[in-house]
Amino acid sequence: MFLETLFMFVKVFAVGGGICVVAQLLINYTKITAGKILVYFLLAGVLLQAVGVYQYLVDFAGAGATVPICGFGYLLADGAIKGAKESLFKAITGGITSAAMGITAAIVFGYIFSLIFKSKSKKN
Amino acid sequence: MKTSNDCLNQNYLEYVKQIAPKTKQKRSILHAFWVGGVICCIGQSFRFLLEGVFNLSGDELSSYVSMIMVFLGAFLTGLGIYDRIGKYAGGGSIVPITGFANSVVSPAMEFKTEGYIYGTAAKMFVVAGPIIVFGIASSVLVGILYFIGYRIF
Repeated sequence: MFLETLFMFVKVFAVGGGICVVAQLLINYTKITAGKILVYFLLAGVLLQAVGVYQYLVDFAGAGATVPICGFGYLLADGAIKGAKESLFKAITGGITSAAMGITAAIVFGYIFSLIFKSKSKKN
Repeated sequence: MKTSNDCLNQNYLEYVKQIAPKTKQKRSILHAFWVGGVICCIGQSFRFLLEGVFNLSGDELSSYVSMIMVFLGAFLTGLGIYDRIGKYAGGGSIVPITGFANSVVSPAMEFKTEGYIYGTAAKMFVVAGPIIVFGIASSVLVGILYFIGYRIF
């Protein structure tokens, strides 16, 4: 059990770190800005799940695949695909339904914390 | 005169390219790797925790994990810590979902002086807006394609 958990963390570290390295390579060797990288990674996640590949990565590495932004894309595509089995309505709403928690958290926590804290960049 | 200047410039630029950034770039890749890995491991430990304590699984589990990660990202951005991590780790701090939270909070704080509606609430989506637009649009596309696919085959 302990070894299994440890091995899982190694897999999470390797896959999550690997995805971040791809982003860093794009930053270093191309002129793509950070915002665009996020969009491309998200679309890559959606595309890979639409083809059915990303699920294997999630099963293999858990949070290593779901915590990076492509995991967000995976969640969106996965919800849409599962919804499509049932009805057109759920095919359209399925994506945002399964990603609702992430988006809601970003909006609510984002707004609250930006009200509480002041920007630090002026001091530096 | 002009041409020799251009030539000098070009030589100089090539010289800079050869010498300056290589070690820095290699190191930045290492930084991105380990910071990104650690952030994902934090996510995984919350996964194990919620799985063990609250018996969550599937979509619910990953939803709560991303909620916690977004919370942490937003909180650390508010404290000004996440931007320091970002300077060190580059892609390692941008790509995880905590970086998504950072991209929401940081412009929102920046533009607070312009008011709570057109400042904070509007500028929250400078970076996150495109992500949500492309994410939802592409998921609808995938959903409809799969819907048609399931009905035909």
